[in-house]
Amino acid sequence: MDKEVSYSNKADEFIQMFKKGEEFTKELLKENEKLRYRVAQLEESMAQSVDEARTKLYEDRIRLLETELNSFKEKFTQVEMENKDFASKYLEVEEENNNLANLYVASYQLHSTLDFSEVLRIVVEIVINLIGAEKFAILLIDDKTNELIAVATEGIPPADTPRVKIGEGIIGKVTKEGESYFAEDLGGMETFNAFEPIVCIPLKIKEHVIGVISIYKLLTQKSGFSNVDYELFNLLAGHAATAVFSSRLYTQSERKLTTIQSFLDLLKEKPKR
Amino acid sequence: MPNILVVEDSPTMRQLISFAMKRIQNAHVIEATDGVDALKKLSSDKIDLILCDINMPVMDGLKLVSLVRGNPTFKDIPIIMVTTEGAEEDRKRALAIGANAYLPKPIQTQELIKLVNTYLTGRGN
Repeated sequence: MDKEVSYSNKADEFIQMFKKGEEFTKELLKENEKLRYRVAQLEESMAQSVDEARTKLYEDRIRLLETELNSFKEKFTQVEMENKDFASKYLEVEEENNNLANLYVASYQLHSTLDFSEVLRIVVEIVINLIGAEKFAILLIDDKTNELIAVATEGIPPADTPRVKIGEGIIGKVTKEGESYFAEDLGGMETFNAFEPIVCIPLKIKEHVIGVISIYKLLTQKSGFSNVDYELFNLLAGHAATAVFSSRLYTQSERKLTTIQSFLDLLKEKPKR
Repeated sequence: MPNILVVEDSPTMRQLISFAMKRIQNAHVIEATDGVDALKKLSSDKIDLILCDINMPVMDGLKLVSLVRGNPTFKDIPIIMVTTEGAEEDRKRALAIGANAYLPKPIQTQELIKLVNTYLTGRGN
């Protein structure tokens, strides 16, 4: 009987111990569950913070790239503007170069000869080909009568260009004052009038006017004057005047020299007996 | 090296055009004072392009163009007329005879260079 009681007590004790063990295991499992949850939470939080850092890094990089892009855009616009500026300057230089070539050729031709009629022919060529005039006359002052007389004409018969007194009309006034005249309407008049030019350029050596170029009509395709035309007019005013004046003096002196030479030859001839 | 024949009776214009042609790479200018002189130069030199005035003594530009177009050896040479005759009927007449292009005076150098380059590179044909 005692033995039975003792076995029963031991069994109770064992059951008690087993239950305690069971409770402890359950607690351990619960704790383990909590820890796992915590670890998962921490892992998630860490991942989130890494993502945030990466996003921030990317945002900074994008901002930097955007700044760089804007800077490149600005530089591109600047270079494009500079390029346009260079292109327009190149065109200007090109035009200037062409104009200078025209002026050089005109000047070169004007001073290429001392023959008076040749110089007049060159002036006529320049006025036709470089300025684009169809009807014009070159008038020089006759020292004896102090009047302007046509020495060369183009598109008009020389007889249609009468003598002009200095100070009279447009041509006379240009000769007197030495200032170029440009009509407002370059189309000119329907009928030719020798006293009504559309352009009148004085031929001047310093301030001394020796004659004028009187233009009455431009070529059909020439509607107005450009900068180079005015440069050409200036060139004609000076260089043509010098060329005309010196060639006329040279031709006159040549003629005189020939006359004197002939006279001397005549004197040297032995008298016939 | 392209040979450009400049047919022009005015020495000023000849010099001016020759000056402009110097701006075309390797271009060599041969000058003629009228149509007859131009025909002589065509026979003695290999010409790649002709720049021709209309009003010239001895033989004018239009006669020269018709002779060049009628000659099997020269008929394909591009011809650019450079003239004071600016009327539309003059232009039409020159083109009908066989000129490739028509440039009225006073010439714009840049325009002339551009036109010559176009025909020298064959783009004008």
